[in-house]
Amino acid sequence: MVITEAINGLYQLLRGMGVTLRYLFVKPITVQYPEEEVRLHPRFRGRHELQQEDGLELCVGCGLCAAYCPTGCIYVEAGENTERERYSEGERYAKVYEINLSRCIFCGYCEEACPTGAIKLRHEFALSDYQRDDLVYTKERLLTPATPHVIVQSPEPAEGLED
Amino acid sequence: MDVVANIVIPFIKSVIIVVGLLVGFAYTTWFERKVAARFTIRYGPNRAGPFGLLQPVADAVKAIFKEEIIPSTADKVLYVIAPGLSMATALLAFAVVPLGRPIHLFGREIALHLADVNVGVLYLMAVAGLASYGVILGGWSSNNKYSLLGALRTAAQMISYELPMGLALVSVLLLVGDLSLVKIVEYQGTLPLIVLQPVAFIVYLICSFAEAGRTPFDLPETENELVSGYATEYGGIKFPLFFMAEYIHMITASAIVTTLFLGGWQGPLTDLHPLIPPFWFFVKTVFMIFLFVWVRSSLPRVRYDKLMKFCWKFLAPLALVNLSVTAIVVALLA
Repeated sequence: MVITEAINGLYQLLRGMGVTLRYLFVKPITVQYPEEEVRLHPRFRGRHELQQEDGLELCVGCGLCAAYCPTGCIYVEAGENTERERYSEGERYAKVYEINLSRCIFCGYCEEACPTGAIKLRHEFALSDYQRDDLVYTKERLLTPATPHVIVQSPEPAEGLED
Repeated sequence: MDVVANIVIPFIKSVIIVVGLLVGFAYTTWFERKVAARFTIRYGPNRAGPFGLLQPVADAVKAIFKEEIIPSTADKVLYVIAPGLSMATALLAFAVVPLGRPIHLFGREIALHLADVNVGVLYLMAVAGLASYGVILGGWSSNNKYSLLGALRTAAQMISYELPMGLALVSVLLLVGDLSLVKIVEYQGTLPLIVLQPVAFIVYLICSFAEAGRTPFDLPETENELVSGYATEYGGIKFPLFFMAEYIHMITASAIVTTLFLGGWQGPLTDLHPLIPPFWFFVKTVFMIFLFVWVRSSLPRVRYDKLMKFCWKFLAPLALVNLSVTAIVVALLA
């Protein structure tokens, strides 16, 4: 019947509006970004960082990351380690290591491809710049660990899925 | 002829109403963004000035400095006129809305409405009918398929919803026995008409939403199927003009619902100070605007065929039944 339908419709309408009205009094979840710190999850993929251990770089310049990269934004040029100039454990090291962050899609495949665990995607995400050329990160910049201005939230990570 | 009473005072009142509505428009956008944000657990604009109060100014400056592009195939005259027409009709309706009792200023008695038209309600309907012109002409003159479709829908929607709206108004008129809005407010001194005419109130409210083109009846715009409906080809300052029209429509609709059903400026303690009636009017209007925003945050847009079905098969018969019942009761009591 039209009348029962109308009454039911009105009731449903008011119920829906009651739901939204309840949310009017909920504290907003917006993070006021520059003033407030953003909470990120441990496995958030931000800017790449090249890892070092005991003063030596972990990268051996194999170029697997560049080969695996879906956008082709990594450029690696390998150089030979000598006794006098040693940069990494193995025979070779990355003489040039550049990532073009304007092309990178932060998929993390480079991290997966790396045999030595030298490249890691960390939590730095405020990467905008004024010059396009400045978005091509050189090895020196990639080696510098990002100054973390974010809180890394560590909710109990699932089994075997640690950072 | 009294120049001051017939020209100067109406002129000043008009300026106050127009400026008031334009400022009201700016802060209605702010209010809507703030309230809609809270409904969706956000803060809304809060960067420009304290509580984002300067946001409307920033928006206006941005719109003014945007490039004006007129489509080469557009009907240029109508294309330029349409937003203005749309806005003007939105502003016009406010002329007959009474804001309070007459006040005494500089030894003169000044009524708090621009014009006490003795056919005020008819005037409202006439202006509401004109309102669709701006939208239709805007959509047609753009020479764009989305604009035209938006305009066609608007035309059908507005004309359809005017019928139950008119019928709801007639029920009110039967009770009050006068077309003047001033008289209608005075009639509600003891009891607002929402109590006597709840069905007419609901019908009128729904039709107001449709007439103002607001959710759930925002089919003129429907950004997910018609880009932006009639406003698709508009840019620069002309696009905000359509927005202005929509928001002023919303304010006016709120003010008229307040006047017709919520008792207008009537309320407790109105005798104490001449500014208390306008205060009650303001509070009620703001509540109605809040209702508009609340509905927008809660309800999805109705499908086009359901919109028409709802109007012709439900609202119009409902309004007719309500009208008949009111007529019988009034006739029996007379």
